Amino acid sequence: MRLEPREHSSIFLNLGAPVFAVLAGLAVCSIMVWLAGAPAGKALVLIFRGALGSKFAISETLTRTTPLIFCGLAAAVAFRAKLWNIGAEGQLYMGAVAATLVGTGLVDFPGYLLIPLVFAAGALAGGILLLGPALLKTKLKVDEVVTTLLLNFIVLLFVNWLVFGPWKDPMALGWPQARPILDAAILGKLIPRTRLHSGLLISLAIAVIVWAFMRFTRWGLETRAVGANVRAARFSGIPVNRTIVRTALISGGLAGMAGVCELTGVRDYLTLDLSPGFGYTGIVVAMLAGLHPLGVILASFFISVIYIGADSMTRQLGITRYIADVNTAVCLLTMLTTMLLTRYRIRLK
Amino acid sequence: MELLTILMASGFWIAVLRIATPLIFGTIGELISERSGVLNLGIEGIMTMGSMIGWLYVYQGGNIWMGILAAAGSGALFGLLHAILTVHLGLSQHVTGIGITMLACSLSYFIFRMVLPQVTTPPKIKAMAAWAIPGLSSIPVIGKIFFTASPLTYLAIVISAVLIFLLLKTPLGLAVRMVGENPKGAEAQGINVLAVRTGAVMVGSALMAVGGAFLTLSAFDAFYIDMTNGRGWICIALVVFSSWRPGKALLGAILFAVFDALQMRVQQQTGTFIPYQVYLMLPYILSITALIIMSRKAAYPSALLVPYRRGER
Amino acid sequence: MNNSDIVLRLKDITRSFGSLVANDRVSFDLRRGEILALLGENGAGKTTLMNIIFGHYVADQGEVEVFNRVLPPGSPKAAIAAGIGMVHQHFTLAGNLSVLENILIGTRSLISPQSGEKAARKKIMELSEKYGLQVDTAALVRDLSIGEKQRVEILKVLYRDARILILDEPTAVLTPHEIGNLFNTLRRFVSQGLAIIFISHKMNEIMEISDSVVVLRQGKVTSRVRTAGTTIHELAKAMVGSVITIREREPLKPGERVLEFRNLSLKKGLEDVSLSVRSHEILGIAGVSGNGQVELADVISGLLKPVRGVFLVHGKPVPAPSPIEMLSKGVGRIPEDRIQDGLIGDMSVWENLGLENYRDYSPFGLLRLKALRDNGRKLVKEFDVRCQSIFQPARLLSGGNIQKLILARVLSPHPGIILANQPCWGLDIAAAAFVGNRLLQARERGAGVILISEDLEEVMGLSDRIQVIFEGRLSDSMRPEEVTPEELGLLMTGHVNITANHNFDREFEYAS
Repeated sequence: MRLEPREHSSIFLNLGAPVFAVLAGLAVCSIMVWLAGAPAGKALVLIFRGALGSKFAISETLTRTTPLIFCGLAAAVAFRAKLWNIGAEGQLYMGAVAATLVGTGLVDFPGYLLIPLVFAAGALAGGILLLGPALLKTKLKVDEVVTTLLLNFIVLLFVNWLVFGPWKDPMALGWPQARPILDAAILGKLIPRTRLHSGLLISLAIAVIVWAFMRFTRWGLETRAVGANVRAARFSGIPVNRTIVRTALISGGLAGMAGVCELTGVRDYLTLDLSPGFGYTGIVVAMLAGLHPLGVILASFFISVIYIGADSMTRQLGITRYIADVNTAVCLLTMLTTMLLTRYRIRLK
Repeated sequence: MELLTILMASGFWIAVLRIATPLIFGTIGELISERSGVLNLGIEGIMTMGSMIGWLYVYQGGNIWMGILAAAGSGALFGLLHAILTVHLGLSQHVTGIGITMLACSLSYFIFRMVLPQVTTPPKIKAMAAWAIPGLSSIPVIGKIFFTASPLTYLAIVISAVLIFLLLKTPLGLAVRMVGENPKGAEAQGINVLAVRTGAVMVGSALMAVGGAFLTLSAFDAFYIDMTNGRGWICIALVVFSSWRPGKALLGAILFAVFDALQMRVQQQTGTFIPYQVYLMLPYILSITALIIMSRKAAYPSALLVPYRRGER
Repeated sequence: MNNSDIVLRLKDITRSFGSLVANDRVSFDLRRGEILALLGENGAGKTTLMNIIFGHYVADQGEVEVFNRVLPPGSPKAAIAAGIGMVHQHFTLAGNLSVLENILIGTRSLISPQSGEKAARKKIMELSEKYGLQVDTAALVRDLSIGEKQRVEILKVLYRDARILILDEPTAVLTPHEIGNLFNTLRRFVSQGLAIIFISHKMNEIMEISDSVVVLRQGKVTSRVRTAGTTIHELAKAMVGSVITIREREPLKPGERVLEFRNLSLKKGLEDVSLSVRSHEILGIAGVSGNGQVELADVISGLLKPVRGVFLVHGKPVPAPSPIEMLSKGVGRIPEDRIQDGLIGDMSVWENLGLENYRDYSPFGLLRLKALRDNGRKLVKEFDVRCQSIFQPARLLSGGNIQKLILARVLSPHPGIILANQPCWGLDIAAAAFVGNRLLQARERGAGVILISEDLEEVMGLSDRIQVIFEGRLSDSMRPEEVTPEELGLLMTGHVNITANHNFDREFEYAS
């Protein structure tokens, strides 16, 4: 088997890659559902109905989309520079920690000041957390995949301590959670009596800003150059290390903002189960989007549909909701393969 | 000194061996893969899958040793998938590995929940009993510690020894190592680089899965979600720490287990002064520290992470 | 002529890469006990030919006979089995493994449970004794000196019972003492009945060690003689050709010194080199690749810092060299490796064109996209970069157009100093002429150009002055009108020793 580079990669191939990945994910899920003894077609219908079939369903899907947009952006920005940030989960929690610190009475600001402050604090916390592995990569050539991963575990234990220890809310009847944040910091709801909060709008705005940054600023150009060909980037005078550090601050910051969003929009207090793995799912979102910030919005929505839909289908068909995770993983691996096929042709000798 | 009392207790060393066994399997498995030039970040998922498959087999009434074999088989399968994607197609070893971990983990949990949908406390299976080596285990003190361990622990040591021998002293092992250092040079001597790498990844993955199976079949006797708890990543750090030398890797795993067991004992003794979460953090902090220390002198296999395209100049 | 003495016979070997004919009906014989030297400039086809013999490539036409049997093409294993051993220029060793392991690899079946180390060590010892090649079999290859590494490569080949040895530029990395050792070893080989092909561009070595010489130029055999019956001048002529057309170049009066090296040395690669370039002139650095050109270019590009000597740009020293520093001083650099260093394949044509000047188009950080793209379109037109649109990924461009893109990027800001590193390598005649003209234009406008090239015709045609680089040293500068290609060939191949005259103030008088 040989790989032959293609001379032209048509737009159809490029768009087809994520579509095919998505279809492959759904196909595998259908097979698994069928193997488990349930009707596959009905399962798919239930998934889509469960995610999109009612106003409430859509609001749930959109609520879940918000943190995925942030985490998808975090992965997309980092991977663009070939900085393998697998630590978005930890950065998310650190963002929530910082938001709790600032938003539970440290300062007494009105809402329009407190909310931006809380977001800024969360972004800063997330960015600083990724800074460590990034510096280890540039100065000591330590692989950032392992360091960011291990940090996730450390951060979760840290939150565990906070929530069972010094920050434990005495009013919470024994549940491990921190004191709730000030009302002024809580994000308003977009649709009353649902969980959908204005964090969605913030995430959309940030996605557009990130897109603009990558496309219209010199720093975006530098980031993309460093990721595409670091030797040529260095030769042409681009400051490679500085670019990697800057990318780390931005990527970590985005993941931190995901944590702030979940805290101020969905839960109002810090807990251990703030994120069911958004940081990791964000990686799949980013790959499906081809690392494009606006594509992240679409990909997040789709992945969200699968997760919320699977929740609903679970209750009705008795298939465990882990099916959604299987789908996500298959999407990732398929996307990698189809991305290769947009650049190379496979020749069987 | 309290430290000495801890170290003298036979219970301590039994714990050390128990903690070390999955780490030994995982580290040696990853080491074989990386020596051939392939980073296998699917280790965490493969270990999870191994633990689930092993448990499932026994839960359905099978023999424990067959369960271990089944686990190894599942590991080899995922290894094959990883090899096809990274060795033959040349995809990013980083992202593919993460994808494999995601797939193996989610499949494990899916299958587990389909078999046991409503259960909150996982049912127990008949785990492997410790196996006392006749004669040797009667030696006072040492006998209890070193010769009354789980059969899988003995297996870990034996397999490690065999693989170390294979890797360092046979033509096959030499081919594996050469392929990870200078694949062009290996190809020039008629060695099929892609085949050797695929084999190494599959063997390594089978080992990782057996390490996972140890958790359900020997250490604990049930399968939990998040059972592996980052052990796979710790193995990755241990491989770097050992400078890709199998003997050192074995030592590293045991050393790590000593620290881990120590941390647990000390936690019980010092009480509420230092929060217990700090102790739980120590394995991960230790791993990061190991990575930092060894990064300076890293004698990593020269062709690690570089996909080999045959005939490319 | 005793035919049974012929160990290797090449019959009409032809091989092309696209439109480039690398080997054109190459034929010659090698006899037992003979050292045959293969001489030629880079790009003459030597490496391709050797790769065909060893099985890395397959010839389009022709065949190779070894010991009177046709060699199955395309299989290194078959070549090794037939008794051919190749000592590569870029070693095929694994640094983290021991000498013994490097020699053993591939010699035993993978199923075998025994490493055979004991027997191997014995055989290696015997070979060491027989040929005077001392090695410590337990040492790790990465701890060895280059000369020792080469010894391992040679032992690797001998261990597999090679009867024909091919050595690819073996002396390129050796000290004179080590070269002497190597030659003694080679003499011992042939006294034991081995045959050797010795690829080199160093004339004095060829004269010293070889029995016969085959000269390749542009893929063809231009000379096949016994060493004793030829002279250096004849060989040089066969290597570089006789007629050189000097391009029309206006004599210009050079201006201020824009870039200077004074007794500059690096830890490795450059030794006590001095040069000066003035505005309105092109300084050509001629030489066979591997003699320090990379290091020279890296110093000018800001990638390497000199350990001794002075590096002046516009008369002022450069304390902290870096690419961006050199860019800001007006040094335009055309890299040797277009694809790795000069181009970001996945980015578009217009982005590549703006890779060095985007800072000028980004007030407050925001890229003025329209201005950048308009500039891109303008440059594409001006420099005749053939592409479907400026938005297509740059990796889709052909080699010639990639170079034109790089030229456009480098030359458009009218830099005062230009480093052109092998700018015409791999280009067809039309593209090469384009590049040459652009450089002449830049010279007219006032730039000082340093042209590093292995192509003598190019160097002689474009340069106002020429210096030859050999083993890290630079010759005095000469004018192309005052020197013949053969003389340059002699300097390039080390026959005439390079002794630079460090007379900085010597000015050239131009007939006006």
